[in-house]
Amino acid sequence: MNKFGFSISQGRQINYDEIKSDKLDKLLELVPSYKWCIGCGGCTASCSAGGFTDFNIRRIHTAFQRGQYDGLEEKLKSCMLCGKCLLVCPRGVNLRSLIINMRRILAGVDVVTWRPPREDRIDKQLAKQNEKNKRI
Amino acid sequence: MKSISIIGAGPAGIEAAAILAAHGMSVSIFEKSESPLSNITDKAFLFPNFADANDLAHKLAEKLKSPSITQHLSTEIVSLSRNGKGWTLKDNKGQSYSSDLLLLATGYTPFDAHRKEELGYDIYKGVVTSLDMERMIRDKAILNSIGEKPRRVVFLQCVGSRDEKSGNHYCSKLCCVTAVKQAIELKKQLPDTEAYIFYMDLRMWGQHFEELYRESQQDYGVRFVRGRISEASGTFDGRVQIKAEDTLMGLPLKMTTDLLVLMVGMEASVGTRCLAKEAGICGEYGFAQSIDPHMDDNLSAQEGLFLCGTCKRPMTIADTIADARSAATTILSLA
Ligand SMILES: Cc1cc2nc3c(=O)[nH]c(=O)nc-3n(C[C@H](O)[C@H](O)[C@H](O)COP(=O)(O)OP(=O)(O)OC[C@H]3O[C@@H](n4cnc5c(N)ncnc54)[C@H](O)[C@@H]3O)c2cc1C
Ligand code: SF4
Ligand code: SF4
Ligand code: SF4
Repeated sequence: MNKFGFSISQGRQINYDEIKSDKLDKLLELVPSYKWCIGCGGCTASCSAGGFTDFNIRRIHTAFQRGQYDGLEEKLKSCMLCGKCLLVCPRGVNLRSLIINMRRILAGVDVVTWRPPREDRIDKQLAKQNEKNKRI
Repeated sequence: MKSISIIGAGPAGIEAAAILAAHGMSVSIFEKSESPLSNITDKAFLFPNFADANDLAHKLAEKLKSPSITQHLSTEIVSLSRNGKGWTLKDNKGQSYSSDLLLLATGYTPFDAHRKEELGYDIYKGVVTSLDMERMIRDKAILNSIGEKPRRVVFLQCVGSRDEKSGNHYCSKLCCVTAVKQAIELKKQLPDTEAYIFYMDLRMWGQHFEELYRESQQDYGVRFVRGRISEASGTFDGRVQIKAEDTLMGLPLKMTTDLLVLMVGMEASVGTRCLAKEAGICGEYGFAQSIDPHMDDNLSAQEGLFLCGTCKRPMTIADTIADARSAATTILSLA
């Protein structure tokens, strides 16, 4: 069958007819500023994790948008939640919140009843997250 | 015939002044600089046809030589107020001027690149603005930080426009084509120098803009990278290192360049900001607000106060002149 040196591979094509939008809808509800993203890559350019590994935050959130979730949960572990990307984003996307919430949704946390943490609890949560990242 | 005061002797104010004077109006034009057209004479060649900016300035300045036009140079208008049915202006020396009508043509000011500290303007010598580049092109002196011919020049779009962090959501409309224009000029003067343009979106909306883009690729080898530069840092040998994502490749990139040219956006000038505010016609981002973008774009909410040119929003010179003619028509039809 493989006489021509290639085969038709299902996985190489994004099938827009089959993308379900429930996860994205939830993400946009939790992080409305993500609606403003124009895919400029400023976040990836500024990311210290991305300079040395194949971690690319713009590709990750774009993949999430397109319903291509394979491997994202694992990849997102490389993020240190340092927030540098958030400082450069020209559209003011709250990237840290975006990353936390992508993780939650991918991990199957019950985001329907879950509400974003109060401002005063965010720091504690980030500290915990940093601890976890250190262990990974 | 009524009298009119025009604030600002840029292309907008001058074109309107010439038409109104030709129709018998008594015109006083006020300019804070020593000479008119300061935002034109600091340019080299103009898109879309590489016309010499100083030729254009000369043609426009000629139009001011009418017996019905009184020029007040080095006169900055600092306040305006109603005076019965007319208007009274005050300048920076405390002198007052009265007229029946008023035309605001106070224009724009380039975005101050110091506000984007991460891009290193005034910190690293190799980082310059598009205005510095205009001067270097005009003086045929495109040099790197140590006075040598640059091997590579990088242009960065959308500095101070389309940027939440600068507080400017709008697109300045002409920096895209200006970068292409400057890259072509650079290649004409220094064919061996590499030219890169980093963009988020390329907005080639005007007549001949798209063709200019194509020409820059075809005849001059200008290269385009889709990605926003997030930061610049200096290298030990006086060059500049930039970081971006090559979004079409999906990979972060770094690049060292001799010159990083920041394509600064257009903001409302101080005169526009202050006078529009005082008159109560301040719109978004400090620009002056017309009452209707379709039908009454030269009218303000104040009777007898008209608007034209880039005091309303970013515009090209062609658009500015067309808008000035439209303002003159509006004024003549009402006066
Ligand atoms: C880097 C760069 C390159 C450009 N290149 C091109 C090009 O190639 N082609 C093109 O078509 N356009 C170009 N432009 C745009 C062009 O400069 C504008 O379209 C044009 O100058 C607008 O004219 P204006 O009369 O509305 O405003 P301005 O030119 O800003 O004129 C306003 C005048 O009002 C005066 N003024 C302001 N406040 C006061 C006050 N309170 N009292 C008295 N006087 C006052 C100012 O001194 C100024 O002279 C470029 C712009 C930039 C930033
Ligand atoms: S920097 Fe902001 S706008 Fe640009 S790709 Fe990242 S999230 Fe989107
Ligand atoms: S928060 Fe994560 S994605 Fe953003 S710059 Fe830091 S490590 Fe990179
Ligand atoms: S014209 Fe181009 S460079 Fe200027 S603000 Fe608009 S998109 Fe950015």
